[in-house]
Amino acid sequence: MTATIDRPRTGAPLPTKPGRPPRRPVDRLRDVLTSPKSGPVLVTAVLFVAVFIVGGVRYNGFFSGQVLLNLFVDNSYLIVLAVGMTFVILTGGIDLSVGAVVALSTMIAASLLQTGWSPGIVIPLILVLTSVLGLLVGLMIHVFKVQPFIATLAAMFLARGLCYVISKDSISITEPTFVALAVTRIPLGGGLSITPSVVIALAVVIVAVWVLGFTRFGRTVYAIGGSEQSGMLMGLPVARTKVIVYVVSGFCSGLAGVLFSFYTLSGYPLTAVGTELDAIAAVVIGGTLLTGGYGFVLGSVLGVLVLGVIQTIITFEGTLSSWWTKIFIGALLLVFIILQKVLTARRR
Amino acid sequence: MNALLLRTVSSRLFWPIVMLLVLVLINVIAFPDFLTVTVKDGHLFGSIIDILRNGAPTLIIAVGMTLVIATRGIDLSVGAVAAISGAVACSILLGSSDPGNPGTVAVAVIVALVISLVLGVWNGFLVSVIGIQPIIATLILMTAGRGVAMLITEGQILTVNSAPFKELGSGFWLGIPVAVVIGAVIFAVAALLTRRTALGMLIESVGINPEASRQAGVRARVLLFTVYAFCALSAGIAGLILTANQTAADANNTGLFIELDAILAVVIGGTSLAGGRYSLAGTLVGALVIQTLVTTVYTVGIPPIVTMVFKAAVVTAVCLLQSPTTNAAFAQLRQRLAARTARVKEAAAS
Amino acid sequence: MTEPVVEMSAISISFPGVKALDDVSFRMFPGEVHSLMGENGAGKSTLIKALTGVYQIDSGTIVVDGQPVSFTGPAAAQAAGIATVYQEVNLLPNLSVAENILLGREPRRFGSIDGRAMRRRAAELLDGLNLDIDPGSLLGSHSLAIQQLVAIARAINVDAKVLILDEPTSSLDADEVAELFRVIRSLRDSGVAILFVSHFLDQIYEITDRLTVLRNGRLVGEYLTEELLRIDLVQKMIGKELTVLDEIGRKAHSADGDGAAADRPAEYARAEGLGRKGAIEPFDLVIGEGEVIGLAGLLGSGRTELARILGGIDRADSGTLTVGGAGSKLRTPRQAISRRIAYSSEDRRGEGIIDELTVRDNIVLALQADRGWFRPIPKKRQEELAQSYIQALNIRPANPDALVRNLSGGNQQKVLLARWLAIAPRLLILDEPTRGIDIGAKAEIQKLVYTLAENGMSVVFISAELEEVLRLAHRVVVLRDRRLVADIENDGLTVDALLALIADGSVAEEGGVPDAPAAVSGSGAARASVADTRPDADTDPAPLETSGDRR
Repeated sequence: MTATIDRPRTGAPLPTKPGRPPRRPVDRLRDVLTSPKSGPVLVTAVLFVAVFIVGGVRYNGFFSGQVLLNLFVDNSYLIVLAVGMTFVILTGGIDLSVGAVVALSTMIAASLLQTGWSPGIVIPLILVLTSVLGLLVGLMIHVFKVQPFIATLAAMFLARGLCYVISKDSISITEPTFVALAVTRIPLGGGLSITPSVVIALAVVIVAVWVLGFTRFGRTVYAIGGSEQSGMLMGLPVARTKVIVYVVSGFCSGLAGVLFSFYTLSGYPLTAVGTELDAIAAVVIGGTLLTGGYGFVLGSVLGVLVLGVIQTIITFEGTLSSWWTKIFIGALLLVFIILQKVLTARRR
Repeated sequence: MNALLLRTVSSRLFWPIVMLLVLVLINVIAFPDFLTVTVKDGHLFGSIIDILRNGAPTLIIAVGMTLVIATRGIDLSVGAVAAISGAVACSILLGSSDPGNPGTVAVAVIVALVISLVLGVWNGFLVSVIGIQPIIATLILMTAGRGVAMLITEGQILTVNSAPFKELGSGFWLGIPVAVVIGAVIFAVAALLTRRTALGMLIESVGINPEASRQAGVRARVLLFTVYAFCALSAGIAGLILTANQTAADANNTGLFIELDAILAVVIGGTSLAGGRYSLAGTLVGALVIQTLVTTVYTVGIPPIVTMVFKAAVVTAVCLLQSPTTNAAFAQLRQRLAARTARVKEAAAS
Repeated sequence: MTEPVVEMSAISISFPGVKALDDVSFRMFPGEVHSLMGENGAGKSTLIKALTGVYQIDSGTIVVDGQPVSFTGPAAAQAAGIATVYQEVNLLPNLSVAENILLGREPRRFGSIDGRAMRRRAAELLDGLNLDIDPGSLLGSHSLAIQQLVAIARAINVDAKVLILDEPTSSLDADEVAELFRVIRSLRDSGVAILFVSHFLDQIYEITDRLTVLRNGRLVGEYLTEELLRIDLVQKMIGKELTVLDEIGRKAHSADGDGAAADRPAEYARAEGLGRKGAIEPFDLVIGEGEVIGLAGLLGSGRTELARILGGIDRADSGTLTVGGAGSKLRTPRQAISRRIAYSSEDRRGEGIIDELTVRDNIVLALQADRGWFRPIPKKRQEELAQSYIQALNIRPANPDALVRNLSGGNQQKVLLARWLAIAPRLLILDEPTRGIDIGAKAEIQKLVYTLAENGMSVVFISAELEEVLRLAHRVVVLRDRRLVADIENDGLTVDALLALIADGSVAEEGGVPDAPAAVSGSGAARASVADTRPDADTDPAPLETSGDRR
């Protein structure tokens, strides 16, 4: 019995290797712009340059190196926050507690320094406490499957409440080291200068770029955002990574709080209300997909700068009031979310 | 008897009610006249009345939030909408020549509510037509909304002097605070609207299984528009009450964190954040629990804002109790207990 | 003969209430392509998951490469040289090709991932598969076929002895399948044992050397592919379970050919060139009033896809549908329902019942959705509807307030049926309504379908059980490999004839094959075989002949 029923595919030649046809630069450019990986961040970069040029054309004294550097000086804490938030959002999570944790850090710093503790103990203590808070949040999310939004909401309540437990009123910081760090300017030549906070923030950015780009932990962060299930099947340490991103975010919030207290030289329970929204907005405008998986730390820095330059323009304009900042941020958020939606929809 | 007990305990309202009773009990022990209601000038007074009146805005928003959550959604923008609503009403009143005229107040209220409704439709549009996740879609309005409110008030705190408007917040109607009456009306309207029509059943159906609902011909888009519009409308109403209570619109602080209280009330009331079956009665109990907690903390003499620590504890506890991990652990425990009892019975029989 | 690289003996796995695998043995040889065949519930995926360490076995032994093994998880199976590529490519579209191949085992230098070494290693692996793509490019920017091959590259990087490909071809086009097969053959020649699971019979016969057939969690047998006729394979997969059922008077439809043509029911719906890319090739179909049309075909043959298009669940991207004389585009289930077309999904839990709602709510859902939320069905009417369907369909417990979640599968199915009957459909499409339910409920549903058709309702009925199809259907439509291949009058049609059509129409021509039915009765079967033996039947989407054209 040899009657095989198989019908051979007569002479159908197997297709040759799928080669890479030479591509025109226009196609390349279109590819890059429509890729969910690089499209939004390029749009943001163009936007930043455009806004900066518009500002330079409209206002005297806008087009200066110091205005640019001041974006970093005024927003160094926000840069650090955005870095932490980038880790969380890349995994598809969100952290609503960062603003409250910043406030809590300023309160702890101010109250402990007031009672004579040394900054050398206070600062590490703050970083450890906020990291532990992040750890608890991460465990709640991973072990108890609580939605990130709710778990970090609880942390936000807790942190804000603890602020008031410490003190109802603003506490000013007079500790010499903090004051020194607040007023020190590092000259860059040509009359330009930055603050130590900027140096710290940039160091955080560099470390984050390395961690996300070149370590297994970092790539696992991206993997979780791409598909948690796949990451697990590929044998990546998904569980551990998912918890650690919240520790990172807690640590960054604590550090941002310390930088913020350099900036304001006080601790106040109602400080940084809504800062979590600024951080989320910066990350999203910086091209990180809210569903996770795509985005860069440097994009988030760019996002912070866009927010900063808008603020600067509004200050320069004078007649425009500060609330326009919020409206602009909301509008930008909308534009970028719809842009993300369009770019990812095309891919599926 | 045993069956009845079991039914009571397994009812979703059981734990929220227990929580409320415990809080009331603590208060009664600490302040023996906690439950006393007195009549002064034909108006009701007492701690309970205060709780009801101060809890009304949260309850009103929580009712709208319940329906949104039932569709697997969330609305973070309610605080901003409340601020906008209050700002609109106050700026109209301030702009008019006669803010004390009931007609002017009616116009202000109606315009404020229509604008709230439009904002709700906007949220519904982003969620159902553009397809953005609800938390993100409403985050946009949460951010921009405060800016819009400040734009309307031009950054000022708008203090109005209008007797009829003030009534909304601190007036009495037949001896009952107007805010409580409004809260009761909104609650009743929502209950009737969803349970007397098919709205509630269809909302739950979409929340439980969107694909099966689609195949059964349920139009999710219409439902989403409806619930987000209703939620924003209730936020607008709450915003008016809050503003009237202070006789001032404060774009920065009106309704600050109220979205979190509302979500908390819904969660305490036993409605799952994963959508599906909802309980308006549970939300009512949840809102009362929160307000009683706030009042308790306040009367005990702790600074009111520290209640946030307690709220954090409550949110955490509720989430951990609802967590699948905890449920699985409980189920395992129950099984083991059942197995042991069976073994004991067997041993006794042989 | 070489030793098997995998030998699973007497494997049993139970889940609460189900024995998923019962004393099944399975082996694979190096340098062979093996396929695991079976319908729904056969135990295919359970066996694969036992082999890949996802499930723990209750009893039996697994020997890999001569060593007894006991897998504690997927990682342990991978370490033993068993690599798996899942149907939905389980990779990360947002990372580079190189990372997708090597992540988890990436080369490192001073704690950093060595990107250059990683890309080099990936390029080597891809070269081994004769695949020329940039290892640094994003995985998501490549076609699904390329992603599939990248998944294979990842799998073989661990020096896999066994490569499991679970439905790798389900979303590939013909060229891509050829490319995949080229890779499979070269891997086979290098000594890897490959388990290739697919619904496409043509592909099975093209690529595999050996087949293992499972049915209802039991082993049917292991065969050399070239020695097993398609018809025998299909028969072994489907089996011949005779269900206990009251005799239904089917004689009315078994009149001789001329009579049948004269009795041809009035046309209710007509599909012309209706199709959807990647789901079902364009097909023609005429549905008469009061007619029961059975759709027969293996799992993945396109039977569900066809039904979903008719029911408006998925949009057709070609062709026209005429319902009740008027052309109609069904873009949503809602539009289908308003035309009184109801589709009851095969996925009862996922797409059918709303498990947290009550029996009554589930029954009135579609009717209520059609009316809109502001026109509620009065409570009294709801109660009447619920009660009458509970009685008519014998739903247990007879409590309209019970949560559907707490009902048995059969009763859930009846609730679903009640939902569709409540909208008084003219066309009822039932996708595997009798799967996974007890025998009593099954008989009741069959009887119901018969009665509904007697009363003028058109029914499209899908079942994996051919006896059931033959018992109920006036006409049987056969699908294979996502194409409609035959449309025949059910007069005297036998299970064997139907099996032949499902397996391969050409078998019917070679009537001399001993195992094939001696005579395929009914001219329809012969027509179908003609249609299918045209040259290039695999790739040519030319319109198929329908019985409607012939009348």
